[in-house]
Amino acid sequence: MSGPKLTNPVARWIDHRLPVFTFLHHEMHEYPTPKNLNYWWNFGSLAGITLVIMIVTGIILSMHYTAHVDHAFQSVERIMRDVNYGWLIRYIHANGASFFFIVVYIHIFRGLYYGSYKAPRELLWMLGVVILLLMMATAFMGYVLPWGQMSFWGATVITNLFSAIPLVGESIVTLLWGGFSVDNPTLNRFFSLHYLLPFVIVGVVVLHIVALHRFGSNNPLGIDVRGDQDTVSFHPYYTVKDMFGLSVFLTIMAAVVFFLPNSMGHPDNYIPANPMVTPAHIVPEWYFLPFYAILRAVPDKLLGVLAMFAAIAVLFVLPWLDRSPVRSATFRPIYKIMFWVFLLDCVALTYLGAKPAEGIYVVLSRLCTVYYFAHFIILLPALSVFETPRSLPRSIGKSVLGGGNGIPAPAPAAAREKP
Amino acid sequence: MMGRPQKLIILLLTVLVTVPIATTARSAESVAFPTQEWSFNGPFGTFNRGELQRGFQVYKEVCATCHSLNFISFRNLTDLGFNENEVKAIAAEFQVEDGPNNEGDMFERAAIPSDMWPSPYPNDNAARASNNGALPPDLSLMVDARAGGADYLYALLSGYHETPQGKEIGEGMYYNAYYPGNQIAMPSPLVEDGVEYGDGTRATLVQQARDVTAFLAWATEPNMEQRKRMGVMVIIFLLVMTGLFYYSKKKIWSDVH
Repeated sequence: MSGPKLTNPVARWIDHRLPVFTFLHHEMHEYPTPKNLNYWWNFGSLAGITLVIMIVTGIILSMHYTAHVDHAFQSVERIMRDVNYGWLIRYIHANGASFFFIVVYIHIFRGLYYGSYKAPRELLWMLGVVILLLMMATAFMGYVLPWGQMSFWGATVITNLFSAIPLVGESIVTLLWGGFSVDNPTLNRFFSLHYLLPFVIVGVVVLHIVALHRFGSNNPLGIDVRGDQDTVSFHPYYTVKDMFGLSVFLTIMAAVVFFLPNSMGHPDNYIPANPMVTPAHIVPEWYFLPFYAILRAVPDKLLGVLAMFAAIAVLFVLPWLDRSPVRSATFRPIYKIMFWVFLLDCVALTYLGAKPAEGIYVVLSRLCTVYYFAHFIILLPALSVFETPRSLPRSIGKSVLGGGNGIPAPAPAAAREKP
Repeated sequence: MMGRPQKLIILLLTVLVTVPIATTARSAESVAFPTQEWSFNGPFGTFNRGELQRGFQVYKEVCATCHSLNFISFRNLTDLGFNENEVKAIAAEFQVEDGPNNEGDMFERAAIPSDMWPSPYPNDNAARASNNGALPPDLSLMVDARAGGADYLYALLSGYHETPQGKEIGEGMYYNAYYPGNQIAMPSPLVEDGVEYGDGTRATLVQQARDVTAFLAWATEPNMEQRKRMGVMVIIFLLVMTGLFYYSKKKIWSDVH
């Protein structure tokens, strides 16, 4: 735990009183990181950088945006047409939201595949789920701000969900709206909260990183680091790897921002909000579609809302549902198949969420919803008992050198409970 | 117990793999329309100035009778290749309300380049009253505000055909092959030789439909050319940056394995 060698006397003076340089050196330079991380581990830092991009572009947009039902749509068009490079800032922000979710969903599925939620990283995982929830709230409110048709009707549909809550539901909806329909007070509070929540996310991200640095990153083998031979310092090894990943990410994002900027939006949101005209299909943004499909799959409104929230809530208890002592799916033959089926299930739910709730789509949505919950509540706990994992390599270093002829796999949970 | 989840997995896999994966949902009742070649398609696409000016003429002489263009001001017309004097002359053809003056009265004056394009109706109710109850939409964002964009608009404008046998069309409605539901409140706005082009192009109906669609694509996103030009440079920069980081990463990691 040596500090940095500071040659600058001013830096030394500061660091003695406020050890910022020592802190940065410790957490971002020498921070020991497993040397076998693959590219799926890039998505954590990518998510952090995307958050910064969103905050910076968002602050600039808010300088030109007018949160009023009579001016919001026009002010967005003024940004697009008359503000210098306003179109660029807005396209980065609007597409950035989609890319933020792409990155975070990949980050989450990486965690699911390699068992990154397991002890001792349960709180790290749960903080991540909190970030996801905050992101969803922020994205939803952000989509309302341009005050197009989808903004208005999306806000109407989603806020109305809360009316399903017994006794207090109607009051909660009135409170959310600031009145008796989605109107100017709704737009104003959504703007206020849309500006606030990203900074709350930053706070939780800090906690997420503190929790991460307590035990360090998980790794593709899912086994613990046994010593210095298993790790490399974060800088320069992972800084350069993250920069390479970031460059690839930015190239893809730039291709969309500059050449297909409206491909992930809905045409109806270029029509000003009109409370008297309901669009043919009210479709949420793509990143909400799996949850929207679950909501619509349940015939009862209250149960549908509960199922939708349960779809995320179940992630909080995931570390206690999956009791298998082996983290990485690499050594769990059945879980590996189940992971891909679950991923497919989520893709199917995304597809079904975009389809009208009729005919075969309803049946498929219900099947996929049942499977979504069965995966967590039935299959995972059962698997922890019945699956026989493959033998684990002795150490990360050995495995990297190719000599990973390992230790026998831990016995299934039932046998393992003996002290 | 081992058999059941596996069976379930296989069953679900079979069901799910057969479901085609699509990313966007188009409204169910809209009709498929042919795609067109546009000069503004693709990453290097630009607007054709001649096409834009002809399209502007169609908008000004035909569409503007009923449709507003709220987000376009006269000064934007320099993008179409008009010089400042031409833009001033175009603006001066229109009267706009200004004021109040020092006496507190509103007054009419000739438009100047900084004025927005004047709306044909004082408000939506007046527009509805003159159009059999239907509101002619603002055209500033048409290409982004309709699924299918320019291809759809072109299909719509050139899609007025004889009502097919057995198709019921409501009072004051018109048959259109591409409008969702095939019933549209707008009568065919374009007719053969409905305008006289200054550049000698023959103003067939499809030619006018093409030109005005291109004009609306410009009106939807006047910055499109700047966006694509900048995009090409940004992508080249990022590709070089990606290459540099790739080799840096390789070099730095070479002593680890």
